[in-house]
Amino acid sequence: MLNNQGRPTQPEKASASYRTFTGNRGLQMEEALIFETGRLDVTGVDCEVPAAFTARLGGLERRAALDLPGLSEPEAMRHYVRLSQKNYSIDAGLYPLGSCTMKHNPRLNEKMARLPGFADIHPLQPVATVQGALALLAQLGHWLTTMTGMAAVSLVPKAGAHGELCGMMAIKTAIAARGEAATRRVVLVPDSAHGTNPATAALIGFEVRAVPARADGTVDPAAVAALMGPEVAAIMLTNPNTCGIFERDIVAIAEIIHEGGGYFYCDGANFNAIVGKTRTGDLGVDAMHINLHKTFSTPHGGGGPGSGPVVLSARLAAFAPVPFVRASEAGLELVEHVTGQSFGRMSAFHGQMGMFVRALAYMMSHGADGLRQASEDAVLNANYVRVCLNDIMSSPFGARPCMHEALFDDEWLKGTGITTLDFAKAMIDEGYHPMTMYFPLVVHGAMLIEPTESESLASLDLFIMTLRDLAFSAQRGETERFTGAPHLAPRRRLDETRAARAPKLRWTPPLPAAAAE
Amino acid sequence: MRYLPHTSDERDAMLARIGVASLDELFADIPAAQRLEGLLDLPHGASEMAVERQLGNLAARNIAAGSVPFFCGAGAYRHHVPASVDHLIQRSEFLTSYTPYQPEITQGTLQYLFEFQTQVAALTGMEVANASMYDGSTAAAEAVLMAHRLTKRRKAVLSGGLHPHYAETIRTLSFMAGADAGLLPADPLADEDIMAQIDAETSCVVVQSPDVFGNLRDMRAIAARAHAQGALLIAVFTEVMALGLIEPPGAMGADIVAGEGQSIGNGLNFGGPYVGLMATRQNFVRQMPGRLCGETLDAEGRRGFVLTLSTREQHIRRDKATSNICTNSGLCALAFTIHMSLLGAKGLRQVALLNHAKAVALAQKLTGIAGVELINQSFFNEFAVRVQGDARVLVEKLAKTGVLAGVPYARLAPQAGLDDILLIAVTETTTDDDANALVAALAGALSC
Repeated sequence: MLNNQGRPTQPEKASASYRTFTGNRGLQMEEALIFETGRLDVTGVDCEVPAAFTARLGGLERRAALDLPGLSEPEAMRHYVRLSQKNYSIDAGLYPLGSCTMKHNPRLNEKMARLPGFADIHPLQPVATVQGALALLAQLGHWLTTMTGMAAVSLVPKAGAHGELCGMMAIKTAIAARGEAATRRVVLVPDSAHGTNPATAALIGFEVRAVPARADGTVDPAAVAALMGPEVAAIMLTNPNTCGIFERDIVAIAEIIHEGGGYFYCDGANFNAIVGKTRTGDLGVDAMHINLHKTFSTPHGGGGPGSGPVVLSARLAAFAPVPFVRASEAGLELVEHVTGQSFGRMSAFHGQMGMFVRALAYMMSHGADGLRQASEDAVLNANYVRVCLNDIMSSPFGARPCMHEALFDDEWLKGTGITTLDFAKAMIDEGYHPMTMYFPLVVHGAMLIEPTESESLASLDLFIMTLRDLAFSAQRGETERFTGAPHLAPRRRLDETRAARAPKLRWTPPLPAAAAE
Repeated sequence: MRYLPHTSDERDAMLARIGVASLDELFADIPAAQRLEGLLDLPHGASEMAVERQLGNLAARNIAAGSVPFFCGAGAYRHHVPASVDHLIQRSEFLTSYTPYQPEITQGTLQYLFEFQTQVAALTGMEVANASMYDGSTAAAEAVLMAHRLTKRRKAVLSGGLHPHYAETIRTLSFMAGADAGLLPADPLADEDIMAQIDAETSCVVVQSPDVFGNLRDMRAIAARAHAQGALLIAVFTEVMALGLIEPPGAMGADIVAGEGQSIGNGLNFGGPYVGLMATRQNFVRQMPGRLCGETLDAEGRRGFVLTLSTREQHIRRDKATSNICTNSGLCALAFTIHMSLLGAKGLRQVALLNHAKAVALAQKLTGIAGVELINQSFFNEFAVRVQGDARVLVEKLAKTGVLAGVPYARLAPQAGLDDILLIAVTETTTDDDANALVAALAGALSC
């Protein structure tokens, strides 16, 4: 998570300390774009040539140019390996992005997802030929509904935000079924929410009304009660919230919403803190998405693919989208067409099967005991980091326990001339990915640290000592360590203003020298 | 538990440092009545070997496409993906990194996204492409809402050649967003008069080519008619490989292109994860949903890449964003990019030609069977045949003999009255033996 507000987007100019002929720096290789090195008459794929035949293209043969160069296999390997070496990764180091849950991605999961019986089956094969796949969907659904204590689950949504959309469309449909579509048009969203919450509500025509947070970062039931009325369709509340705190009045909030005739959508991005500690359904939630790529360790892959199944209460279960799996006498069957009150279809096929296999492998590996331990360790690690830093960094809500992530603000940097962004960039030079910064928006210069349960004590101690060293350095006024950072990454700070002012979103051939003048 | 590093002594030491007597104190905010004391009613943890055994048993109950003569398409296609692609996408630095919010240490991801955007724009014949959507169907639905923002109108016209799942996805989102999306009747012969549906209130017209029946559609006249009415043409495809051989939508006047990219770099995976492609004109880019990667310079003046134009996006604009999309299909886009880089235009054209040649050959063979009628005038690697009786029954019957004969159109749209239409896809992976097996199986099934 990241927000542009309140942080500089254009770097100060910096000078290189040491130059090489190639621009490479030891193992760190400069790498051109494939369009600059590839050739149009090269291909890295050998392919049989068909005998002459009469095409059936109806006069629509491609006449438009296609200037895409090819690479031989060794060239492709080197190009993409070199690119990979410019990336930070969980496998290489602690990745404390708050709210993103960068935990270890077990390789067993990758192996299982690649079994031909899962990877090489078509979504529209006869259902009799994919009974194992349908059983996997049913098992995953059973794990998710059991963990959350909810009545039903839709596995269709392709990411967290898609899950929010699914849950809110179910709510919208339920409200319409009650004949209140015209009157219940408002969704309550706390200021601290992920941007996807208000964006989702607005996308499907709801008016968003903000709920203020109280001084300790949680939502006050009295504030919800004051906003509740016959025009309110739902509240979208993240729990544990984006400040890393469990909403202690969540049951009272649910009651207020329900008594007023609304539904309770819970953003489950932080479900990883509470698996096995409490059940969503017991808290009064009607719908919650679960990011399999956060809580259940499917890899983030540089920004997807995700997977965002939605668990639903008994009140909403009937409105779930198609398709879903149902047991029948002949075995498991797929319900692919709308029956009853389902709100319909929200994507082409059955969801992110590849992610389902990985997540189920993870759940089975942990089991009920391991899943609870994972949540406990995640919370333990976050509190350990919090306690070991809170004498030198400031917390917006005081020295209270947190859940799976520890939140700091930039009060402690006041007067140093160093911003949250500078501090984050200096972490890069020390070999760490920065924490989530400037989010949640309700905290000035926020730094949200989520170490996850994957970190050993030794790893946490080194991380803490590093942040302490940086913090003391900041307070001593060693500003160059921060304002010029990162010094040692594949790139120095990048000019975001330049990128946005005249967007260059694809490669184009350089102009001939004469034309360029 | 093998994924959790702490020993119980270490946990105790950490609790002491935190200053609490027990873990429960850290969970004190959970209301007592809702706190779980015992374990969830789920199995205990299992060894790697035990999990492999259980999931292996489930996988074994499915018939893998590669193990039988296989002809299913209809939005998901079985192509050969070079081994190097799957190796490269499993590199830790790609697999286990997050969205590139810190560009100094994610240039690998950002550069391949820039390459991806360039490739998608070139393939579709458009000026710009984004960094991917979830899949083709959701890309199409988002394209329709994008057209509404651009035209300030709320009415879409959907071709009867659109994949029914895509049409339903568009109609669900449109209905929820309070917009109109009228769908023409299923159009197996590609002879609908969609131009008659375009009027001064039309925001966009959505046309798929190759369409769900495999027909190739000339969109030039539709684009001209749409533009004359101030509407936009959204071109959709489910088989990106076709663009190696057929005129791209950008050359036929499309304003927005939304399609499925699974065929390049990505396997069938029972329907997901796939990679949605979206491309448009440069001057429409600020209404485009999803992430965009742009070129810039770093503080030393070196070229680098960043996520850009993020003021369109939910994390900045919240309820005023162009879409709620956050995560996209990064790793599937990487697989697409690597496979496409290996192919190049030359390889793509060769593979596309081979797909077409094999499809033409099979179509000819099938028309020799009594009770099978080819309905397409044109096609790329997938075509529709009319069979005697219900194609669903036929496909089930053939599956029992070990032939996955294709997708019955009625599986996608049971109400369309096209129960006798079977969609058959052929790719470079289809062997002559496979084709002969299908011909024999169909002939046998239809003769008795």
